[in-house]
Amino acid sequence: MKHLTAFAIGLLFGIGLLSSGMNLPGKVLGFLDLLGRWDPSLLFVMGGAIPVAAIGFALARKRTKSLLGEPLSRPDRTEIDVRLLGGALIFGIGWGLAGVCPGPAIINLGFFTGPAIVFFAAMIAGMIAFEFLNRLRNAP
Amino acid sequence: MQIDWINFTPWWSLAGGALIGLAAALLINLNGRVMGASSILGGLFGARSGATWRLSFLAGLIAPALFVNATGGVKPHFLAGTATLIVAGLLVGFGTRLGSGCTSGHGVCGIARLSPRSMAATVVFMLAGFATVYAVRHVLAAGAS
Repeated sequence: MKHLTAFAIGLLFGIGLLSSGMNLPGKVLGFLDLLGRWDPSLLFVMGGAIPVAAIGFALARKRTKSLLGEPLSRPDRTEIDVRLLGGALIFGIGWGLAGVCPGPAIINLGFFTGPAIVFFAAMIAGMIAFEFLNRLRNAP
Repeated sequence: MQIDWINFTPWWSLAGGALIGLAAALLINLNGRVMGASSILGGLFGARSGATWRLSFLAGLIAPALFVNATGGVKPHFLAGTATLIVAGLLVGFGTRLGSGCTSGHGVCGIARLSPRSMAATVVFMLAGFATVYAVRHVLAAGAS
């Protein structure tokens, strides 16, 4: 059951991203071009998403298990450290260079174009490089 | 600042955003998971379990694009060249895993949870994105011409 809901929710997320235009690199770069000709659309995406998500998280807070009986993930870290901010900085630079963040990178694979595949492959390589370095660092 | 009225899509973006929010609300209440694209994908390469639900979610995420593509929809146009896309992809993959989240995990879910960590991360990646586009479009491009 949880795989079926995961698939259906992935579908909703995908339809949302496509209809908001956030899979289009040019549109995202238009938002990030604050001092050029600015396209504020991404703010409206967040404005539409955050209140709806907030109701969902408020409902989940009262629960001990999910409706399907799964353990509820509650990110409980509070530290605002170099790792968090450094990661956000590195991500933001990459985002500004291409206009693609992880969700749209996955979606755009569905169009089978060279640039979409190149970006996705590089992103996966970056994720694997992180896992590798993270393990080296945590090794005894 | 000048608004790009031609490309600005307030209603479609608001509606698409509401669907994204609904998806996040359903994932936490049904599956008990926070909807962050980079964590769901990146978790496949870590020691963490749950490969099958992650793959189910990712299959759902890509399905609407397969449909749009099969029915002759417009393919997204990438502005950056191959070398830039490779560098950008590496930075996005590495940065989102180091910083534990991306636009969906920190920017939507984290802010919706009122998490100070996610708010800080969102401010940083937005500012970095603004600065990068400013540098590419208004400093480097001006210098090149």
